[in-house]
Amino acid sequence: MKPRLLFSYALLALIAVACIYPALWTVLSSFRVGNSLFSDHFIPTAWTLDHYRDLFRERADRSIPYANWYWNTLKVATASMVLGTLIQLLTAYSISRFRFKGRKAMMMMILILGMFPGFLSIMAVFIILNTIDLLDSIWALVLVYSAGAALGMFVAKGFFDTIPRSLEEAARIDGASHMSIFMRIILPLSRPIITYISLTTFAGAWVDFIFARAILRTPENWTLAVGLWSIIDSYNSTEFTLFAAGCVLVAVPITLLFMYTQRFLVDGLTAGASKG
Amino acid sequence: MKHRAATAGWLSVICAGLGQLYNRQYVKGLSFILVYAAGIYAIAAKLTPHLKGIVTLGEQGQHLVKVGKIYKNVPGDHSIFMMIYGVLAILVVLLFLLFYVLNIRDAVVVGRRKQSGSELRVLNSSVFPWLLLSVPMIGVLFFTIMPIVFTSLIAFTNYASPNHIPPKNLVDWVGFATFDKLFNMNVWSDTFVGVLSWTIVWAILATVTCYFGGILVALLINQQGIRFKGIWRMLFIIPYAIPQFVSLLIMKNLLNEKFGPINQYFRYFGMEGLPWLNDPFWAKVSVIVVNMWIGIPVSMILVMGILTTIPKDLYEAADVDGATAGAKFRNITMPYILFATAPILITQFVGNINNFNVIFLLTGGNPATMKYNNAGETDLLVTWLYKLTLDFNQYNIAAAVSILIFLFIAAAAIVMFRRTRSFNEEDMIQ
Repeated sequence: MKPRLLFSYALLALIAVACIYPALWTVLSSFRVGNSLFSDHFIPTAWTLDHYRDLFRERADRSIPYANWYWNTLKVATASMVLGTLIQLLTAYSISRFRFKGRKAMMMMILILGMFPGFLSIMAVFIILNTIDLLDSIWALVLVYSAGAALGMFVAKGFFDTIPRSLEEAARIDGASHMSIFMRIILPLSRPIITYISLTTFAGAWVDFIFARAILRTPENWTLAVGLWSIIDSYNSTEFTLFAAGCVLVAVPITLLFMYTQRFLVDGLTAGASKG
Repeated sequence: MKHRAATAGWLSVICAGLGQLYNRQYVKGLSFILVYAAGIYAIAAKLTPHLKGIVTLGEQGQHLVKVGKIYKNVPGDHSIFMMIYGVLAILVVLLFLLFYVLNIRDAVVVGRRKQSGSELRVLNSSVFPWLLLSVPMIGVLFFTIMPIVFTSLIAFTNYASPNHIPPKNLVDWVGFATFDKLFNMNVWSDTFVGVLSWTIVWAILATVTCYFGGILVALLINQQGIRFKGIWRMLFIIPYAIPQFVSLLIMKNLLNEKFGPINQYFRYFGMEGLPWLNDPFWAKVSVIVVNMWIGIPVSMILVMGILTTIPKDLYEAADVDGATAGAKFRNITMPYILFATAPILITQFVGNINNFNVIFLLTGGNPATMKYNNAGETDLLVTWLYKLTLDFNQYNIAAAVSILIFLFIAAAAIVMFRRTRSFNEEDMIQ
C-alpha cells in the first residue's frame, strides 16, 4: 500500500474514533453501576439497567420528572411540526404560485426577517407572553416555534417552483378551484419536501433549548433539553450515569431519524447531480 | 360624467364608503362605512389613553395610600404593559390609515372604470394568496415583528434592575442614554468591547476551522483508492445526527477537569491534564475544538455534494494536457469548491456570531472574570444578552445589544440577498 493511502487511513480512523467516542462513552456509562462521572474502565465492569428504571421512578430526594419531560417534549415537537409545516407550506405555495401585488416586497421582508435569529428578541417574546399570561406553558412554546415558521419557506418555495405550471393550468381548465388544486395536485407531488420540513421542524422543537428555558419555569413543564441541562447544572457530576441514560433515550430516536433521512437526502442530492 | 372618479374619491375622503355608494357598490359601501365608524370610535374612545400611555409610560408606580389607619399598597401604572398596549394601538391606527387610503384608491379606480364603461373584474387570484398568507403573517407579526419593535423601544428606556422594574417602579424614555452607557461608561463598555472582540475572533476561527476541516475530510474520503467510502461518510455524520444539546452536555462532562475521561487519559500517560473549561485560554480552545466536532460534518456533507457535480471532462482535458494530480487539485477541484461554497461562508459566519448553543451549554460563558460586568470569558454577545435578560434583568442593555447585532445581520442579509438563487432566478426554471 502506498504511504499516502496508509496515512489517509490512519487519519480517517482517528477522526472516526473522535466522532464515535463521546456517543459510545455515554451509552456505556448509562449501563455502568454507580452514579459518578469518574470511572477506571472505559467498558463497565458491572452492567445494570437501573439508571433507565430510575429515570421513570419518582423519588423524594430530587426532582427529575423525566417521564413528564419526555411527554412534554413529544407534545411540543408534534404540535409544532403539524402547525409549522402547514404554515410553511401555505406561505411557500402562495408565494411560489401567485403573482400578486406586494409579492416581491413580501419576499424581501421574509428573507431579511428570516436572517434575524428569533432569540435575539427573546426578551420581548418573554415580556409579551408574560402580558398575555402564557408564560410557563408548553403551548406558548408551540406558538413561538410555529409562528415564525413562515420565515423558513424558501426551501419549500424552491421546490414548488419546479412543479410545472401546466399541470395546474390543465386542472383549472377542467374547473378545479384553488383549494382543490393545492390539495389534489400540489400536495401529492410534494411528498419529499413535506417529509423534509416535518422532520426538520420536529427535530428543531425536540432539541431547542433557548426558548424552552426562557419560557418554561416549573420543572414539571420543562422539556428534555432544559431538564437534562438542569441535571448537569444542579447535580453536577454526581448523577452522571442517570444523565447518560436520559441522554441515550433522547438522542436515539432523533439520531436514527436523522441517519435515515440523511442517507435519503444525500443520495437524492448526488443522484440529481449525476443525472444533470 | 367626466368627474365621476374625482367625485367618488373626494366622497371617500370625507367618509370611507361614500364613494363606493356613489359608484353604486352598496354592500361594499355600507361595510366600509361601518368599518370607518368602528375605527373612529375605537381610536377616539379606546385607543387614545394607550397612545398617550406609550408617550408617558405611566405617572405613578406602585405606591402606599393611607386607607383609614393602615397604609395599603395600591397598584400604579405598569410602564411595560402600557408600552405593549401602546404599540398595539399604534398598529391598529396604522391598519386603519391603510384601510382609509385603500378605500380612497378603490373609489377612484372603480369610478374611473365606470366612466370608461369597462367590465369590473373580480380580483379573485389576487385575493386568494393574501387569504392563504394571512395566518402565517399574523404569526410573524406578533412573534417576530412585534418583538423586534418592542426590543427597539426598550433600548431607549431605563428598563433595568434594580431601580426600574415594574410594577414597583416606573420605566422612562431616556433617549440614547443606554447606548451611551454601552459605549462610554467603563463598567459596560469594557464588557461590551471585550465580549464583542471575542465574538468576532470566535466567529472567524469557528467558521474557518469548520470550513477547511470539512473540505479536508471530504477530500480525504474522496481520494482515489480509499475503500468503504459510504461507511466513512456515515461514521463522520454521527456528530451531526446527535441532538446538539445532548452532545454538548456530554462534552462538558468529557472535559471535566477532575473526573472527566479526557484528563484521565492525560494522567494515564503521566501528564497533568488541562483545565479545559476553567482556564480562560483553554476554555476558548475547548469551545473551538468542540465546535469543529459539531460543524465539520455539515461542511463535509456540503463539499461532498459539490465534489460530485464537478464535470468529469475538466479532469479528462487536464489529463490530455498532462497535468499532475497536484495541478488538477489546485486548478480544478479547489477553485470549484471555493466558488460553490462562498455564499455558505457568509451564512456560517453569521450563524457563528449567534452560536448560542455551543457556548451556553458547554461553558455557560464561564470562566467568570472580574473584568466583565455580568459576563464571562467565553461569552458571546448573544449569550451575554440572554444572561442579561433572564438572570440579571438588564433589559435595556440587552435590547441595545440585540439592536447592534441585528444591524450587523441586516447588512449581511442585504449582501446575501442578491445572491440567493431562489430569489433571482425563480422564473428561469419554468
